[in-house]
Amino acid sequence: MPPGNTTRPPNGDDPAMITFEGAAKVYPDGTVAVAGLDLTVETAKTTVFVGPSGSGKTTSLRMINRMVEPTGGTVRIDGADIREQDPSRLRRSIGYVIQQAGLFPHRTVLDNIATVPLLLGWRRGKARARAAELMELVGLEPAQAKRYPHQLSGGQQQRVGVARALAADPPILLMDEPFSAVDPIVRTSLQDELIRLQRELNKTIVFVTHDIDEAVRLGDRIAVFRPGGELAQYDTPERLLAEPVDGFVESFIGYDRGVRRLSFFPASALSLREDVVFDDEDRVERALTTVGDGGEPWALVVDGDRLPMGWVSAAQLLREPTGVPLGTLELAPYGHTFDVGTDSLRAALDAAVLSPAGRAVGVDDEGRVVGVVSQEDLGAALWSVAE
Amino acid sequence: MIAAEGGDWALGAWEWVVRVTEWGTANWSYPGEPDRGIRPLVLEHMRLSYLSILIGLVIALPLGLACARWRPLYPPVLTGVNVLYSIPSIALFFLILPYTGFSDWTAIVPLSLYTLVILLPNVVDGLRQVPDHVRQAAVAMGFSPLRRLVAVETPVAVPVIIAGLRVASVATISMVSVASLVGLGGLGQLILSEGFRRQFDAPIVVGIVLVVLLAFVTDALLVLAQYLLTPWARGDGRRGRPRRGRTAATGTPTAAVPPAPEQRTAGER
Ligand SMILES: Nc1ncnc2c1ncn2[C@@H]1O[C@H](COP(=O)(O)OP(=O)(O)O)[C@@H](O)[C@H]1O
Ligand SMILES: [Mg+2]
Repeated sequence: MPPGNTTRPPNGDDPAMITFEGAAKVYPDGTVAVAGLDLTVETAKTTVFVGPSGSGKTTSLRMINRMVEPTGGTVRIDGADIREQDPSRLRRSIGYVIQQAGLFPHRTVLDNIATVPLLLGWRRGKARARAAELMELVGLEPAQAKRYPHQLSGGQQQRVGVARALAADPPILLMDEPFSAVDPIVRTSLQDELIRLQRELNKTIVFVTHDIDEAVRLGDRIAVFRPGGELAQYDTPERLLAEPVDGFVESFIGYDRGVRRLSFFPASALSLREDVVFDDEDRVERALTTVGDGGEPWALVVDGDRLPMGWVSAAQLLREPTGVPLGTLELAPYGHTFDVGTDSLRAALDAAVLSPAGRAVGVDDEGRVVGVVSQEDLGAALWSVAE
Repeated sequence: MIAAEGGDWALGAWEWVVRVTEWGTANWSYPGEPDRGIRPLVLEHMRLSYLSILIGLVIALPLGLACARWRPLYPPVLTGVNVLYSIPSIALFFLILPYTGFSDWTAIVPLSLYTLVILLPNVVDGLRQVPDHVRQAAVAMGFSPLRRLVAVETPVAVPVIIAGLRVASVATISMVSVASLVGLGGLGQLILSEGFRRQFDAPIVVGIVLVVLLAFVTDALLVLAQYLLTPWARGDGRRGRPRRGRTAATGTPTAAVPPAPEQRTAGER
């Protein structure tokens, strides 16, 4: 495929881009790396291959750009058997990112990124201009253009790796555990960047990882591989977490899959209570209408802009003399909040667990308190998810 | 008493240095006779050793690339090179004398063959130490095998190749002297004909000093070349640093007689 035809709108009717038809790989030593894979990777979506080490993810991925030749079956891109294309030319139309970035140590950051355009015969000036564009796209400083790879941090190297893979604007991007070697904080920011990039670029991404959390975060579709190179399940993340097909998948995705699944349900479904939220100028006796004597154990105090200030317990309210404004009391920290409009049930649950009051504070996009969720309300919402 | 003896000794040593230096400057060159004196010998020494090293490199590069590409080729080729090396240099000079006569080639052919024993393993190791993820990335980007070798693997191997060149050049510069037995040998002639035959120490000392100096300057030039050629390996040097530990053990600067082949390839596999 010429690199010109690359940007396609995300469109459900588009032909499937990559198809594995009974694709198998048996290495000469008899190892069955992939046992007859049937799978369709959709256009402009992120498909994640996940599974334990040695389950044939890399081998399957490399069948797509012919770094591994299948010993059985066929791999097609847009319907065409990839064996009909010269391997080097095919690879120039498919971006590839590997774990340790694989940057060329003797080339500057800019020239690393310009690699594929130069292989495609672009003029050097044009290739470098394109490389500079990509540096900006992946969040690298222009000052880093003249550096050599060893002068960059692991996270920066991976950004260069991603930029290099995207340089010729290929329709397909293959990524083999690209973020496994960086520390968790950097990994999270690289994942966020990839999600942002994908929203902009709409590539067909095949992403390999052994980390189910990463798979759930990034994948539109997830293919779970089992040892022996078999496909155990191919589903959306929601369905994978809700309905693992068998014991292997269930144990692979882990015991907290229930909690993880809450990521797919919006917090907006929760009913928030406003009757335990009080202004800092309200008096103690006002709060006691619902809290303490009124039966609730905690009151949330907010300031004039409805920004949260902290929690006060029923026991403390009962000790205070009447007439004292709530804002002058010693308040327990409110912990972290969740955004009612954009966060998930998982974030709400997390906020509740970490709150000293055992209650989560829901805020709008400007941080103003909308209401709080009690444990009963969260419980009810979790129940409805479980059904 | 003791101090006086020490003083006598120092005075004697000093007189000796002066005598040797005077002999050296007096015989450096003769106006109107370009072929006489020490200067033409230095030039001959440089010509013989540099040409041998250059030819050795020109052979070792493609041979090493081929051995890295087709792995089964390497063990027999390496054995061949080692066997060649085990032939004493004097024997080899006399062996090819009937074919090359008293031309420079009599020295250059054996000497360039000898450099292979150091250069070939360095080229092959240099190519092999290219990290696997770098090689895989090059394949995935769509480099053809040949282009990958030329544009990625060879440049990354340069520090290791230059490390080999440094050892090979020092060894060759010192070995050129042996060729004076067949009438060549640059500064070796100073040592052999002027010195041994006339039982006179000044030419020997001047010869040795100049050989060491030449080796030192050449080594410095190679270090400079490496600095200029591999800007990417500078700085903290975490990557691409020449692995001198092994190659340095393959030859000592002043060893005119090569160590046994087993020693030179120790650690090879
Ligand atoms: N070149 C090879 N020769 C023999 N076996 C291999 C080769 N490459 C991979 N394998 C084997 O194939 C299986 C699948 O490997 P791989 O696709 O790398 O798994 P994953 O990426 O899921 O960890 C493993 O058992 C691995 O040891
Ligand atoms: Mg793998």
